[in-house]
Amino acid sequence: MSAVGRKRVPRTEARWVRWVLISLAVGLTIFFIVLPLAAVFIQAFDKGWAVWQAAVTEENARKAIFLSLMVTGIAVPLNVVFGLAAAWAITRFQFKGRNLLLTLIDIPFGVSPVVSGLIFVLVFGAQGWLGPWLADRDIQIIFAVPGIVLATVFVTFPFVARELIPLMQSQGSEEEEAAIVLGATAWQMFRRVTLPNIKWGLLYGVVLCTARSLGEFGAVSVVSGHIRGLTNTIPLHVEILYNEYNYTAAFAVASLLSVVAVVTLLLKKVLEWKTREART
Amino acid sequence: MQLHFKRPGILPGFWPAYCYSVLYLTLIVLIPLSAVFLKTATAGWTKIWHTISSPRVVAAYEVSFGASLAAALASVVIGFVIAWALERYEFPGKSIVDALVDIPFALPTAVAGISLTSLYAPSGWLGRYLEPLGIKVAFAPLGITVALVFIGLPFVVRSVQPVLEDADHEVEEAASSLGAGRWQVFWRVLFPAFRPALLTGFALAFARGLGEYGSVVFISGNLPMKTEIAPLLIIAKLEEYDYAGAAAIATAMLVASFLMLLLINIVQGRSRRFMETKLS
Repeated sequence: MSAVGRKRVPRTEARWVRWVLISLAVGLTIFFIVLPLAAVFIQAFDKGWAVWQAAVTEENARKAIFLSLMVTGIAVPLNVVFGLAAAWAITRFQFKGRNLLLTLIDIPFGVSPVVSGLIFVLVFGAQGWLGPWLADRDIQIIFAVPGIVLATVFVTFPFVARELIPLMQSQGSEEEEAAIVLGATAWQMFRRVTLPNIKWGLLYGVVLCTARSLGEFGAVSVVSGHIRGLTNTIPLHVEILYNEYNYTAAFAVASLLSVVAVVTLLLKKVLEWKTREART
Repeated sequence: MQLHFKRPGILPGFWPAYCYSVLYLTLIVLIPLSAVFLKTATAGWTKIWHTISSPRVVAAYEVSFGASLAAALASVVIGFVIAWALERYEFPGKSIVDALVDIPFALPTAVAGISLTSLYAPSGWLGRYLEPLGIKVAFAPLGITVALVFIGLPFVVRSVQPVLEDADHEVEEAASSLGAGRWQVFWRVLFPAFRPALLTGFALAFARGLGEYGSVVFISGNLPMKTEIAPLLIIAKLEEYDYAGAAAIATAMLVASFLMLLLINIVQGRSRRFMETKLS
């Protein structure tokens, strides 16, 4: 090919510009994002391993960990069942209001955590809709564990559905239709066809949902009442320790949540890779 | 014999999946959320107006709005640099930097809050160098902005990345070969294509910033009229058992985030049309 009169076309920026931009990007990521994470671990182990261990095994810490795990153990399965049902209805059938349903699923992502807690206080609180009725029957929801569960379910509501809907949409329904035509029951189809196809996406949704359940602060803070050893989740326990100027203990407990966050990110990478592999 | 040609498909489980999804959505999201609006509506206009126009509430809105705006703008600039380097250049550790961008999504907000406070407090690692320069970050509006940049950055990076990835190299080369300099190519050719994605990232970061609680309450210092954010006032109203007041502030916030989401949809709709006309 002739190159007559043709100038060399620059395909990228000059070397020094590239170098400056790469350094800026890496530097800004470290400064704004990595530094706060690193600071948690450094301050958690500030006074050595023994102090860290004492802080995370102390009685109130253990109770907070237990409560957080229990709340997560209720919230995640509930939202998995919802996610599967919603994704099945939305991606496999055409019906009126399909787009509306899709939009409504996203609502909890757009609501402030504090408002997410407030709505349950307005329904179940002492002066809420059901407050007097519940008080007569001696049922406590707000400032008790059921309220924490409800607030957590609300904030983690969209995670599983949001992962499954695009995945199941892109996979299409041919394999499932084939299974039914060949005489499979609904349960067999779900077990043998649907579930193996969506397992990595589903698992990723579960990971996100779990991480958020363990770490939710604002919504839970509004409904919990901060009763030590009774209605304190891990993040609320961190807040109390911090406000008591017990910084090392606060960061020690916070480091547990940070490990969950780092593991979540690692699993994300693995599961993204698995989904891509499953699709090809 | 009657044939039902109207049946959409042969797959089972539409009604159970649909009914369960709608029921669960109604119970967990729609009914509790409607409580905010009903509580506000039943409070009466004078009460609502009295609440949301009181100086302390107006000041909190100004703090929340101003800090979110500043943080979203900073996130757009910083996030764009990070996304640009990640998508256009090769450098060692690139995939690690890419994974690190998600940390603010995964790290519980309360953990981010205490960590940022410890960094920027007058005695902190960064605060001790900034304080002598007369820059007060923690317990000042700047601290709220810093926390919201941490929260908002991934929204911008993840909005811009796909667009950078899809950027048409041919258009870029055509501009170059017609004699445009690198800067002209960027400003006249590339940037207009990124603008909708930057706006989306901005709106997402801004909306999230308005409602953010956990990462802000520790670093802000919560001084009434100065560094008190709107979500904190909801909690203050709840502690005074002023449910209607809390609901009124929440309604104003929900309306604000709803408007932001509407804006995102309009921008995305327009950019989609823009791309379609360009292709045809």
